[in-house]
Order: sequence, then C-alpha cells, then structure tokens
Amino acid sequence: MVSRTRRTGRMVALAAAIGLSLAACGGSSIGGGGDAGNTAASDCGAFNIAINPWVGYEASAYVVGEVAAKQLGCDVTYKDLKEEIAWQGMGTGEVDVVIENWGHDDLKAEYIDKQGTVVDVGPNGNVGVIGWYVPPWLAAENPDITDWKNLNKYASNFSTPESGGKGQLLDGDPSFVTNDEALVTNLKLDYQVVYAGSEAALIQSFRQAEKNKEWVIGYFYEPQWFLSEVPLVKVDLPPWTEGCDADPATVACDYPEYILDKIASADFMSSGSPAADLVTNFTWTNDDQNSVALAISKDGMSPEDAAQQWIDANQDKVDVWLQGG
Amino acid sequence: MATLTQEVAPEPVETPPTKRWTNRTRWLTLGGVVAVWVVLGLLLQGRNTQDLPVSQLTDFQEWLNTLRNSIEQAKFDNNPFFLPIDWISEAISWVVDQLQQLFVSDSSRPMSVAIVGWAGVVALAVWVGYALAGLRIAALVAVSMLAFGYLGYWDESIDTLIITGVSVAVCVAIGLPLGIWMSRSAKATTAIEPVLDVMQTMPAFAYLGPLVLLFGIGNPGTVVATTIYALPPLVRISAHGLRSVSPTTLEATTAMGSTSRQLMSKVQLPMARRTIIVGLNQTIMAALSMAVITAFIGGPGLGNPVIRALGSLNVGVAFVAGMCIVIMAIMLDRTTVQAGERSELAGRGRSDVRLRRGILAAAGAAALVVVYMSNTKLQWSVFPDSELGRRVTNWVNTAVGNFVDTFGQATRWVADTTTNLLLNPLQDLLANSPWWLVAGAILAIAALLGGAGKAPGARLLAAVALCAVAVVGAGVWANGSVSAAWWLYWGALVVVVAAARSLGAGAALVPTTVCLMLLFGVGLWNDSMVTLAMTLVATLIVMVLGVSIGVWMGRSRRADAAIRPFLDGLQTMPALVYLVPALALFPPGRFLAIAAAVLYASPVAIKIAADGIRGVSPTTVEAARAAGSSRWQMIGKVQLPMSRSSMVLSANQGLLFVLSMVVIGGLVGGGGLGFLVINGFSQREDFGKGLAAGIAITALGVMLDRITRHTAARYGRAETA
Repeated sequence: MVSRTRRTGRMVALAAAIGLSLAACGGSSIGGGGDAGNTAASDCGAFNIAINPWVGYEASAYVVGEVAAKQLGCDVTYKDLKEEIAWQGMGTGEVDVVIENWGHDDLKAEYIDKQGTVVDVGPNGNVGVIGWYVPPWLAAENPDITDWKNLNKYASNFSTPESGGKGQLLDGDPSFVTNDEALVTNLKLDYQVVYAGSEAALIQSFRQAEKNKEWVIGYFYEPQWFLSEVPLVKVDLPPWTEGCDADPATVACDYPEYILDKIASADFMSSGSPAADLVTNFTWTNDDQNSVALAISKDGMSPEDAAQQWIDANQDKVDVWLQGG
Repeated sequence: MATLTQEVAPEPVETPPTKRWTNRTRWLTLGGVVAVWVVLGLLLQGRNTQDLPVSQLTDFQEWLNTLRNSIEQAKFDNNPFFLPIDWISEAISWVVDQLQQLFVSDSSRPMSVAIVGWAGVVALAVWVGYALAGLRIAALVAVSMLAFGYLGYWDESIDTLIITGVSVAVCVAIGLPLGIWMSRSAKATTAIEPVLDVMQTMPAFAYLGPLVLLFGIGNPGTVVATTIYALPPLVRISAHGLRSVSPTTLEATTAMGSTSRQLMSKVQLPMARRTIIVGLNQTIMAALSMAVITAFIGGPGLGNPVIRALGSLNVGVAFVAGMCIVIMAIMLDRTTVQAGERSELAGRGRSDVRLRRGILAAAGAAALVVVYMSNTKLQWSVFPDSELGRRVTNWVNTAVGNFVDTFGQATRWVADTTTNLLLNPLQDLLANSPWWLVAGAILAIAALLGGAGKAPGARLLAAVALCAVAVVGAGVWANGSVSAAWWLYWGALVVVVAAARSLGAGAALVPTTVCLMLLFGVGLWNDSMVTLAMTLVATLIVMVLGVSIGVWMGRSRRADAAIRPFLDGLQTMPALVYLVPALALFPPGRFLAIAAAVLYASPVAIKIAADGIRGVSPTTVEAARAAGSSRWQMIGKVQLPMSRSSMVLSANQGLLFVLSMVVIGGLVGGGGLGFLVINGFSQREDFGKGLAAGIAITALGVMLDRITRHTAARYGRAETA
C-alpha cells in the first residue's frame, strides 16, 4: 500500500505540473507579438505545403513558402510527401497545396472531378519534359543512339548485373510519373527498368557516367538544374499524340510536354487566406526554378536560404504575386 | 508434372520419425533434392515462371483496387460505417495537436513558439525520470534531451517523443485489457495470437497505404500505424506475466474470498508488474522504430530528415538524425528498465518515503519554475542554435566522401561479383525455374529440415489456412480462369501433406504449403522468388558474419566488451537509416538492398551466436582442452556443434530481420516484392498489387520462420539426446 499512495502522489504532482504549465501559458507568451515581415497580416494562419521529392519542386515550394512566411506572416509547414500521398492529404486538410504537379489525370478525375476536395489553380509557369537521357559523351560518340529504334543495337552495352542480360534503363523514385516499364515492353526493347530510388541517385549515376565514360541510359526530366552541369542528351521516342498514352498498359509513345500546374485543397482556396491568393498568382520560369535548385544542390544552401536569396533579388516579381498580378 | 510427383511426393510421405533417419541419410537426401532441382531447373529455365510484368495486374489485384475505390467512395459519401474511424482520427489529431502546441515550436518561424520552451521540457523530463527511476536516470534524461538540441533536431525529437508517447498510451489502453483477457481464456489466446503474429510479420509499408485510405495522412495515420506495429509485445508479455503469477498465491487469495476483480487488481496485476513493464519497454522500442517509416505518410518528427537525406544522398544528415533516435531509444529503454526494477523494490517497502516525497516535491517545484521561465524568456524557449549537428554532418559526409573516392571501385566490384556469382544463379534457380519445381523443392527441403515434431504454431496455421482459403478463394472468384493443372497440383499437395501429417511427420510442411499457395494465389510467385533469392544471399552473409564474430566474441570477453556496444547502437538505428550509406557505396539494385539488410540483421545474429558459444558448458570445454584440442579443433569440434541450436536460432532471427529490410530495399532498386509494396504505396493504379505483395511478404516470412524454427527445435533435441 505504501507504494500505491506514493505513486498516486506522484501522479497528482505530475498532473499539477502539467496543469500549472498550462496555466502559465495564459500569461504573457513570447510568440504572440510577431515582428514578422513588413506586410505582417498575421491573420494568414497555417499554410501547409507538400514537398515532393525532387529539388526543382523544393525550389518552387520554398520560394512560395518563404514569401508566405516572411511577407504574409503565415505559419508555414513543409511536409515531405510523395505525389499521390500529398493528393490524399489535400482531402483531409493536412496539405494545402502541391505547387508543381505533373499531369496525374487519374488523380484529377478522382479528387477534382469526383470528390471536389481539390482544385486546379492553373499553371505555375514551368514547362516539364520527361524522357530518356544519355550522357553527352555517349551521344557524341554514337550519334544514332538518340533514336529509339537503335536502342536495341546498344542494349548489351547498357547491361549491368542488375539487368538480367538486357540493357539497364535507370529510373528514379518509384513514385515519379513514369510509363517506362510499359514502354520497354510495348516498343519491344531489350531493356530492364531498374529503380535508382531518387533524383539524387539518378544524378550521381549520370555524373559518374560522364566522368568515367560509362554507358548509362535513364529517366530524367526538365526543369532540372543538373543539365547545366552535365548537358544530358534526350533520346527520341515515338512522338506523342493526343491520347496515345491514355492506357498505361499499351502506351508506346513519348511523354507529352507537361504544363506544370498548381493543385490546392478546395477548403484552403475558399478560406480567404492571403496565401491562397499568393498560390493563385505564383508563376515563374524554368530558369528561375533552376537557379534556386542549383543553389540548393550545388552550393549546398538550405532551401530556405536559397529561396530567400532569390526573393531578395527578385522582389519585383514577388510583388506582382502579392498584388494579384 | 511427372517429374514433380517423382520428386516431391515421396519425400513427405516417407519421412519417418527422426530416429530411423540417421543424419547421414538426411543430408544425402537433401543433397539429392537440390541436385534434382538444379538439373531440372537448368533444363527448364524460363518456363512456367509466372512472371508478371510490372504494369500488369492479376484479377485478384484488380479486385483489391476496386475494393479500395469503393472504400474511398463510401468514405466520401459519409457512409455511417466509417464514422467511428473519423472519430478516432479526430480524437488522435486533437490530442497530438494539443501536445504539439504545448511542447513544440517551429524554430524557423517567429510566430509559433511552444507554450513550454525547451528548458521547461528538459526540466519536466528530468523530473519525470527522477520520479520514476532515480537520480542516475534523471542525469541520463538530461544529457539525452540536451543532445537532441545540440545535434540540431530539438523540435523533431519532441515530435517523435509525442507520437511515441501517444501511440504507447493507446497500446496500453488496448493491450493491457487484451493481455488480461488472454491470460484468463485459452480461447482468446487462440483467437488473438495469430493476429499478433501477422501484425509483427507484415511489413509496415504494406499497411501504410490502407491506413492512409482510412485515417488520412499526418498524425492520425501515424499513430495508428505505430500502434499496430508496437502493440503485440505488450499484449504477449503481459499475458505471459499474468499467467505466471504463482498459483499458490492465487489459491490463497481465493480462499480468503477475493472476487475475481479483486484478484486481478490486487494480486495479479501488482505481482506481474515487472513483467508488464518489460512488455511496455518492448512496445516503446517498437513504437520508436516506426518513427522513420511513418514520415512517408506525413508523420512528424525525426523521420523527415532521414527520408530527406535518403532523397538527397546525404549520409551525414541521416547519421545525425539516426543518432537522435538511438539516444532516445537508450533513454527510454534505461528509464523503463530502471522503473521496473524500482517498482519491485518499492513493492517490498524499501526506502524512506517521507524524505523522498519531500525531495520530489522540491524538485517538482524547481521544474515548474523553469517551465514558467521557459514560457517567458526567449533563450529558454527556442533551443539556441548549435553548430554541433552541422559539424558532425559535415564530418560524416567528408569521411564517407573520402571512403567512396578511395574504395568506390572496390565496393562496386564486390557488388557486381556477388550479384553475378551468387545472387543471379540463385535467382535463376528460384525465380526462373518452373514454379511447380521450385514449390516442390522448397516443400521437400522444409520437410527434411524441419519435418517431424509437434507444431507449436498450430493455431497460427489454422488462421493462415483460413486466410489462404479466403484470399485464394477471392482470387479465383475474381479470376475465374485458373487452369485445371493448378488445382490438380495444389490438390495433390494438400492430400500428400495431410497424409504426411497423419503419419506424424511434417510440422514445418503444413505452414510451408499454405504459404507457398498464398504466394501463388496473390499472383506474385515470380517476385516472391526474386525476394527469396535476395533474402537467402543476405542471410548467408549475415550468418558468415554472425558465426565468425559470434565465435570471437563468445571466446573472448574483451572482444565482447568492445564490440557489444556497437551492436547495440546498430540495432537501435531505424532500418531506413542504413540505406543511406549503402547508397553511397553501391550502385542501385538488389545488392544495395542486401548490403543494407546485412548491416541491419547482423547485430542480432552475432549476439545470439556469441551467447550460444558462451553457453557451452565450461566443463566440456575444459575437458576438450585437457584432451589437447587446438584452438580450431575446439571451435570446430566442440563449441560450434554444441551451440548448434543457437546458430539455427541466429539464422532464424537473421532471416526475419533481412526480410523486413529487403522490403525497404525496394526504395533503391531492390526489385521483387519490396519494390511492389513501395510502388503500390506511391502509384494509385498499383495499390492492389502492392497490397498483394504485402500479403506475399508476410507469407514468405511465416514460411521461413516456421522452417527455421522447426529446424532449430530439432537440433535442440539432437543436442540433448
């Protein structure tokens, strides 16, 4: 019984401690005032931005996020999420915005058209290209490699222990937009898709391939800062035509040109938050994005600092977003 | 098919009780089975492999997709069936939000500062540590909490602590009643145990997708996922603890007229307190190990820097964030262990209560003052910027960079050679041979290795068999086009197995059959075999390490003392952290996954092996030494043979750890089931396939576990005989 009363006493004390600390918050607390930024409309509230796993996306997201935090006084949270998960999060309010969306017609059909929990906020100014790329030395030595019809001729050169005697086609993160498995089958290519797992792993492979003159062919995309370091050469697949990629199982054509758009939670857009207007007005070029992405990847700056550096240099563009352009 | 019956059918039927089989004949038969397998496999390469292209789904998998869509639709339509789920989500969200507002500030924003600043949190934590476990633990807590801040992950660490705390609270609320129920009713045990088994074997990635569907991303999904993974140890251990309360005591109390409720609350629970705390400890550790994976569904905390590091190949960041998790694990582990010991001492009425209460009150008052200060003073509120974390990050990155520059070619060569010489041939044998040949061979091996003996997992079997019937049935129902040969094959197998069983053989046979059927039924035979090949190669490497380092540690106390802390640290690192350095060293692909799996699984295997060697009777060792054994004779002829059962157990644990890591390897080109699970989680149209892959991995895990466990049981007996 001794231990019992003592334990009860302990619990009471613990409860008292928490209670007291709760009471303490009733008094003055530090964060309340908020000396944040010049426009300082601190009624912005929470602003949750999804961070999809590639640096270009990070660049766009942090520029919007830093403007919202420093100039609109929003409470910004960045959430590292893969594309589909981020879409699911917009239905429940965990995510407010996906700042760079690549197609995803199936998700648009589900969440925008059917459920209506998500809205399309229009293009963000970036134009996306997806395709298969080879390092420049390879394209220089074998110029005909840029035509997909010749890929089988070179398949054995691209073979690795991972590709089971076929050529290895290196893909990125399994969550990225890709038809590559189906393309290989449908174009009857003697290749095997191997997933590197991330943008950084793709970049590392391409960088090594160029340096050591190795045979690598892989999935890649623009806008992309790395192309300024190693100008990879795109392989031409059968040209894209409207609807040729409608069925993911039978697709046998190149990727379309993606007009990248902004996707946001419907509740957030109708909430009247100044950040919603910022999202609506945000637009910039591939070059803008690449410059910020370069600062993050090459110079090793934190995404916040890289974004702030661009904002400082381009306040005129930011003002257009803030004033409703 | 003809070859098949010749090859498989005789084995199980003719496996007589162990005694009539000498070891020699058993090994010869085993060799024969493998030889037939290899020859036929080579002849029939590439036929009947059940290969399913990634972009193709079987009808069963499509059916899972449809199921998902209808659930989504029903949820969207506010179907009342989903109301309780929404309530749970909201309740979890509310609790976690309150705690976050109280304790976590977002250091990058001037706007959101926690109500209790860092100094207050440290003070409270130290006080709780002192109250529960004494002065030394209070010091450990202080150092650990400060380390989170100085390493630069204060907010993330507190987030992880909150999620772990809430999940563990839910585990206690569900787990303790379940444990009590199981301790009182054999029926409940039979019903609950298999569910717990599945919860522990199913890879977390496999249920993240469905959980997001039901609970959404962010805190609710995170807490539910963590709870699912962390619940089983508490239930199991507390049931065990309650069951083993001395029957004499119980009788005495009943004789004095206690009601059953009194019995539970006044006698059983207090007497089993220490065991229950052990269960709680295990549950806390399991909850913490989910911290990284749940970041994939938007969970807050230390997982986020780790997955960001994985995406940007930043070994340093992964290391520092991983260290925070290790420190947190040590802190929570020592605190609960110490609290458990104290609770027992206190139960015996030790120590001066009044004095202690006085000190506690004084310390509590001091802590409250700090809490108040931390609310008003900025330096006490937001953790001061520290260079330490960044410095360690840079240091690790430089070291790894240098290592890769120097040994990059060599590590690549190791990867390529192992893949070409070991992995690819094994994969040809398992995945590129006809499925019926492989299934037969696996069954034969299972029967030979783990054949006889009573099944300790009979209840699990019943459950798995039921699941199998349900799943295969659903698959066939959705499919409608399963060939007659398929039915004939499995039908014949079931008959053979049943016959073998009735003859008293084949304890490992039944689960193996059921699991193989399951692999086939979900439509992922080929991918399962790719995963099995990777798992076996990784386990082989783990065992080589386990036995060699284990023998070293088992024979030398000094080696043991030097190596063990490293193993402990490695063991508490969350699995995903291992991928990052492996990514720097090896090209993407299966070997990368194997390397990470070896890192993850070796510590357990080594420890068990070392304990086995140490456990060999000193008298025997002494006698052998007196007889003039050399060192290698001693190891090879005495210590290893005498610790056989430990070695098999070490292989068993190694296999299961490897398997769970191989899934995560799907993130970096590991292929097989792991890739499908990850893919199903990240591509809408592959949801069904991912879920099917999750079922397949669970089946594979149960199968490997049963085969090795029965083998271990057998060798254990051989040893005592």
